[in-house]
Amino acid sequence: MNSLFEIFMRSVFVENLALSFFLGMCTFLAVSKRLETAFGVGLAMTVVQTVTVPVNNLIYVYLLAPGALAWAGLAHIDLSFLSLIAFIGVIAAMVQVLEMTLEFHAPKLHRSLGIFLPLITVNCAILGGSLFMVERSYDWLESIVYGFGTGIGWLLAIVMLAAIRERLKYSDIPEGLEGLGITFVVVGLMSLGFIGFTGLG
Amino acid sequence: MANKYWDTLTRPLLDDNPVTLQILGICSALAVTTSLDTALVMTVAVTCVLALSAVAVSLIRNHIPHSIRIIVQITIIASLVIIVDLVLKAFFFEIGQRLSVFVGLIVTNCIVLGRAEGFAMRNSVAASFFDGIGNGLGYGLILMLVGAIREFFGRGSLFGKQILIPVTQGGGFEPLHIMLLPPSAFFIIAGIIWFIRRKRPQQVEKPEFQHGGEES
Repeated sequence: MNSLFEIFMRSVFVENLALSFFLGMCTFLAVSKRLETAFGVGLAMTVVQTVTVPVNNLIYVYLLAPGALAWAGLAHIDLSFLSLIAFIGVIAAMVQVLEMTLEFHAPKLHRSLGIFLPLITVNCAILGGSLFMVERSYDWLESIVYGFGTGIGWLLAIVMLAAIRERLKYSDIPEGLEGLGITFVVVGLMSLGFIGFTGLG
Repeated sequence: MANKYWDTLTRPLLDDNPVTLQILGICSALAVTTSLDTALVMTVAVTCVLALSAVAVSLIRNHIPHSIRIIVQITIIASLVIIVDLVLKAFFFEIGQRLSVFVGLIVTNCIVLGRAEGFAMRNSVAASFFDGIGNGLGYGLILMLVGAIREFFGRGSLFGKQILIPVTQGGGFEPLHIMLLPPSAFFIIAGIIWFIRRKRPQQVEKPEFQHGGEES
């Protein structure tokens, strides 16, 4: 139990995907101009991440890992080189399923989240989460916690950045540094702050 | 004709740089820049994937049904990345280990998909090839610059070769550990963007808020 909590805290703060691994940066910078949209993307990201990481974990453990096909009597086959394509496929499929489910059961939520879902398919944070899961060989329960934690961490980061950028509009910024430049400086400062969490793990 | 290709090749270096202007591919760009050799390997890997995927997409651009084009493009890119990953594992195992998941993440590198969707789908094979190379080099330029700055000030070395002797070994150089931590990458990129935009004022974004104006 303790270790699950530790994984959660690590993935939210110490190893925040956006601020210490630079994952999902493109979306992170592109949709953080307004707080509302940032929150929407963050939420969609958390949901997708919580679903895809455990699913990819199952696929990796039972189909792709070296010797994983032992249950079918094919223990000598190693399909791990296929994991990239498999993961991307799962992510794209999951996003599609999620979109259809939302459209059917929660049209209101779908309207507010809908446009961000396709964007998330090509978000490196999602794929990165699955790849890190393989690299650190998390088991199934751990991968659920890890997926959820990284999603929350990313949500936290993008909401904070959007809040800062909304204020930043009114400030006087040196010529040439407006827009992208100052955003990078802000993200850098936030990342510096998150280094302070390092001792937590 | 040759002139046009030269233009496609060189434009992404400064005038239309994928990292500083198009905001593409930043995800993987920053994590691999703690030293120059990983930055170089990453540059080569991304440039290969970019050029080859652009050629492949451009070759079959007239046969791809519009509705499933993204999936087709991603499959092409993912296959190329797997090849790059296997080559790295076979010949440059040590560097491949240090790049860890970031080789795999070239799949979702927005430059590759962005160029495939935005350029290769509409242009001839040769033009797409040069566009891929050009964007790869533009990306690599920023990557190498950041990598050089971070390695030089963080460890006093370039390509792993010690240039400044650190204090612990009797020299006069105090390594700046901040350079090896994530925040420095953001600050350096911000600095590079600032520098480029001072030289090329037309790249400066219009402020969202004008004094005395109404909020948009």
